[in-house]
Amino acid sequence: MKHQIQISNNDEPLIEVVNLTKRFDNLTAVDNISFTLNNGEIFGFLGPNGAGKTTTIRMLIGLSRPDSGTIKVAGKDCTGNPKAAQHLIGVVPDESNLYPELTGFDNLCFCGALYGMSKTERIERANKLLKTFGLTEAANRKFGGYSKGMKRKLTIAAGIIHRPQILFLDEPTTGIDVASARQVRQLISSLNNSGTTIFLTTHYIEDAERLCHRISFIVKGKIAKTDSVKNLLQPLLGRYVMLVSASGNIMDISRQLSSSFSDYTFNITSPEHMRVEANHQINLVHIVKFLQEHGIDVTEAKKSIPSMEDVFVSITGIEANILKKEADKKRKSE
Amino acid sequence: MRKGLIALWNIILKDMRAYYLKPPNISWGLIFPIAWTGMFFIKSGTGFETIPTLLPGVIAISVLFGTTSMLAVTVTFEKKNHSFERLLLAPITLNTLMLAKTSGAIFFGSINAIVPVILAMLLTDISTISWLIVLPAIFLIAVASTFLGLFIAVSVSEVFEAQTFSNFFRFPMIFLCGLFFPIDALPVFLRPLSYMLPLTYGVDILRGAVTGTNTMHLGLDFFAIIFFCTALFYISLRNINRKWIN
Ligand SMILES: Nc1ncnc2c1ncn2[C@@H]1O[C@H](COP(=O)(O)OP(=O)(O)OP(=O)(O)O)[C@@H](O)[C@H]1O
Ligand SMILES: [Mg+2]
Repeated sequence: MKHQIQISNNDEPLIEVVNLTKRFDNLTAVDNISFTLNNGEIFGFLGPNGAGKTTTIRMLIGLSRPDSGTIKVAGKDCTGNPKAAQHLIGVVPDESNLYPELTGFDNLCFCGALYGMSKTERIERANKLLKTFGLTEAANRKFGGYSKGMKRKLTIAAGIIHRPQILFLDEPTTGIDVASARQVRQLISSLNNSGTTIFLTTHYIEDAERLCHRISFIVKGKIAKTDSVKNLLQPLLGRYVMLVSASGNIMDISRQLSSSFSDYTFNITSPEHMRVEANHQINLVHIVKFLQEHGIDVTEAKKSIPSMEDVFVSITGIEANILKKEADKKRKSE
Repeated sequence: MRKGLIALWNIILKDMRAYYLKPPNISWGLIFPIAWTGMFFIKSGTGFETIPTLLPGVIAISVLFGTTSMLAVTVTFEKKNHSFERLLLAPITLNTLMLAKTSGAIFFGSINAIVPVILAMLLTDISTISWLIVLPAIFLIAVASTFLGLFIAVSVSEVFEAQTFSNFFRFPMIFLCGLFFPIDALPVFLRPLSYMLPLTYGVDILRGAVTGTNTMHLGLDFFAIIFFCTALFYISLRNINRKWIN
């Protein structure tokens, strides 16, 4: 699904965010973040619930005002004027904001009209999009009666009806089934292939890895790291990882562990779980023995193939399955 | 500019189809004026010839009730289900957007006023009424009541609040605007309140046009109601800018 980033002749980033901050009362939802979005790329915000992903998007699309920092879209300063670049962007929010009482077709035509498209142009485009998204048969049914996957697809269609240069997608694959999620991913890729620059947020590490050219890890309103998928995975080449579960508190002996095995890295994720990393094969026997000497029994140990998940854990310090569990929970509750 | 007009027109069309021209709304628009006319008529206990004196009041109330809560409720509803955000994302100015949202209600409210006029026409002779004054007055009352609805929509966040808040404004307005009692008959401390209501001036224009008895200068009436419309619109716009893009 991955493809070459289109090199634009214009080196200036399409979006430039500098020191952006947003507070709600005492809570700093977005905390002094900076990043750029290059022409032609798919850029992803990956982070757990409440990380500030939606809040960031809302500021970029002009639905929310930052407390400080600047936003530039296509060279226009949008910080004080949220309307300045709205004609260039399309938005697919996490919760659909189409009209339940209108049909799928009418919803699309209405959205086209909001961007000033002529009647013939929007009818033609709506029909084409309905076809591309496999919704032609549901075109004349009310949007309120659509299934979750259909709703998401129509919301994406509505976001691109005016052929925006930049498309924002807030959690495009959350809350829909596996098949629909795959379809949505394919749509995103092919949109990008035809030249649309994409900013998306997600809980799913796999989605970020599969779709994005570059990723920002965002946790508690802060960007922990931004880099290309390739660069993020680079340090993992030749890394060995082992996940160890034990009965007893490993945290108590973390210092002794580190000093006794200086060529291993120990990442203790909970009192009974840790990740061991090294640049060579890990000798489990030594570790088991060491723990036993400190009255801790190893209950499980397994080898792990280093992945984006490990990068996320090592950079953010939070356990990757927090992300996944949250995502699953959301999926189930919906 | 052309693009803005396409957006504006389609927002109006969509609201008309989705809200204003729905059967319950239309029947409400019909029943309401009939009920009010009937009520006034029975209360006055006179013949059909007194209908013209009732007409200004019925027109004003029909317009007021047809617009205020309609706009407040639909906007609050769209805020609640997030579809309003789609409108805020459109590359049109807030002025254009709010003009589009209010135009539907203004149009619908003005149409509501036609019902009592037709009723009166059927029942009695209303040829002496100066329509050149009545029509703009109806329009201005519709604008003022709609903008009041907009003001309410910005102040609340739940649909039921929009409903309650509309009534909170409307009922005192009916009693204070000089419809039931002449303003001079109100207790002194209430009178300033009367003069702070746009409806007071609208009713005065209508009464002048129908019965020839203005209490205030016609120019002042028009000036006051236009002033209220402009003020309400700009206050609402400022609040929207502050509260809805936050
Ligand atoms: N309008 C608001 N008023 C008060 N607090 C808010 C508001 N919007 C967001 N927050 C808070 O800001 C923080 C970031 O929220 P945000 O919705 O941006 O997170 P997110 O990364 O999109 O999470 P999720 O994955 O759940 O969508 C949260 O703690 C949230 O409660
Ligand atoms: Mg979110």
